[in-house]
Amino acid sequence: MSDWMTVFADPNVQWILFGCMLLGLSSGVIGSFAYLRKQSLMGDALAHAALPGVCIAFMLSGSKSIALFLIGAAVAGTAATFGIGYITRHTRIKQDAALAIVLSTFFGLGIVLLTQIQHSGNGNQSGLDKFLFGQAATMMQNDVWIMAIISLVLIGISTLLFKEFKLLSFDPGFARGIGYPVAFLDQLIMFLLVVAVVAGIQAVGVVLMAALLITPAVSARYWTERLGFMVALSGMFGALSGLAGTFISSTGNNLPTGPLIVLVATAVFFFSVLAAPRRGILSKLLLRASARSQARQEQVILQAVRREQDR
Amino acid sequence: MSTLWIILTGALVASTCGIVGCFLVLRRMAMIGDAISHSVLPGIVIAFLISGSRDSLFMLLGAAVLGLVTVFLIQLFHQSGVQSDASIGVVFTALFAVGVVLVSMYTKHIDLDLDCVLYGEIAYVPWNTIQLAGIDIGPKAVWGVGLALLLTILLISVFYKQFKLCSFDPALAAAVGIPVALFHYLLMGLVSVSTVASFESVGAILVVGMLVVPPAAAYLLTERLSRMIVYSVVIGCFSSVLGYYAAHLLDASIAGCMISVAGVIFLLALLFSPGHGIVFRKWNRRQQLSS
Repeated sequence: MSDWMTVFADPNVQWILFGCMLLGLSSGVIGSFAYLRKQSLMGDALAHAALPGVCIAFMLSGSKSIALFLIGAAVAGTAATFGIGYITRHTRIKQDAALAIVLSTFFGLGIVLLTQIQHSGNGNQSGLDKFLFGQAATMMQNDVWIMAIISLVLIGISTLLFKEFKLLSFDPGFARGIGYPVAFLDQLIMFLLVVAVVAGIQAVGVVLMAALLITPAVSARYWTERLGFMVALSGMFGALSGLAGTFISSTGNNLPTGPLIVLVATAVFFFSVLAAPRRGILSKLLLRASARSQARQEQVILQAVRREQDR
Repeated sequence: MSTLWIILTGALVASTCGIVGCFLVLRRMAMIGDAISHSVLPGIVIAFLISGSRDSLFMLLGAAVLGLVTVFLIQLFHQSGVQSDASIGVVFTALFAVGVVLVSMYTKHIDLDLDCVLYGEIAYVPWNTIQLAGIDIGPKAVWGVGLALLLTILLISVFYKQFKLCSFDPALAAAVGIPVALFHYLLMGLVSVSTVASFESVGAILVVGMLVVPPAAAYLLTERLSRMIVYSVVIGCFSSVLGYYAAHLLDASIAGCMISVAGVIFLLALLFSPGHGIVFRKWNRRQQLSS
């Protein structure tokens, strides 16, 4: 018990807990729009596509400044969204293939640049790849500040534009009909995804950032049919995962933060699959059992009635 | 000699992935390669923990099992109502997270480098050879990927008609009595085998790229599946040759250069393909407008 308390008493840990919670919250919120628009894997593609941006930022500046890395990653991510959008709109290639193409070419390019940097003998480059695998415990208070502010802005924008995003997710044709700037909103959601990914890379790493965008949203979808409720629930699941994952990681067994956050999110997902009302496995089993017993009762009554009639 | 081995390995990976990838692109499952190449990590780690050796046969086995588990879980969640891309995302990130946790829990003082397992380096292929009866019979990777390629060619050519019908019109395929689910799992098994056989030696990113980029370029160039497969293999082999020399010139990662070359070829196909290229379509439209 005292162990717990000491963890919470450490101000640095408090900061990181707070930051990861906000990160989970915002990516849960953005992720549920991405899920409904069938763009769940966009986060994965964008997270990989950030690599060349980070490398170019390092090559141009020669310094390991987090802010520059974030800007580079955001620029590369935005370029990737334009590429994906262009390929899907102008050719017969479907979105999944476009995602995979952009992901692998950007990441391949990033590896080329990374090896260039490593071979150029720049002694300052160490840790560049660690930036991409993520470790929340190494974050400074400033980094947490940046992450928290970005998350709050993301949540704010999605709250303000909730109605627009809702319409865009369910019926883009109608949205265009009543005069919404659909192309702009489309790109805006993509941009928010980019920002969420970039903000999270440092804490949870490239691959696992995708999970924070997908898993809470999928879990939330199990519980409800209403978008507003789903978004709130998804944000809550994300925040819970961020909080619990970081907490387990900081209680001293020295496990990496990112995977633990993802595992907590996955546990929430499994719980939802089992226990959610209507869609969950348990409730389906219960429904089937009650239907069966009802049918059996009806059968009994029918037989009784028939016996009466026969008499 | 080592140049030849590296290029040969690259071309073998490109051919294997190019053939299987065509079906993935047609069935809108292009991201599955990415998913499998990440989710095999726990399989590799568990195989390593059980066997206690870095013998690649065990690791390959563990990875193959996890590859099939991934495919099965994705299908399971998809059938219970989760969108297919989201179910891919949930499954592979969860398994990858398990793998990373296992690595950091058990292998802290053992020599199992995450980068090394996940991002094998094609440049080391020529030095990792097999000895048979005391004679050096060439790099292990060439044999592994070569076997995967043989298996792929065999299965695809025997069941070509079935795979084709299942990709284009699964409903019709089911109606004429083809076991669609069986062929789905067969294809996924092939993806799994070729991913696992390749990525240990050449790195995950090369596999993921070669599964999608050459087939997508080929998809823009032709309307026939048989031609698409041939084009995709040719593009893949060409990019591995050119990529090797580009890497030599730039002094950069070979796998990265191979993918980048494939990306450039895709871009060219996107712009200048006779039937689907953007430039030609614009030109045609202008012609029609003026006439």
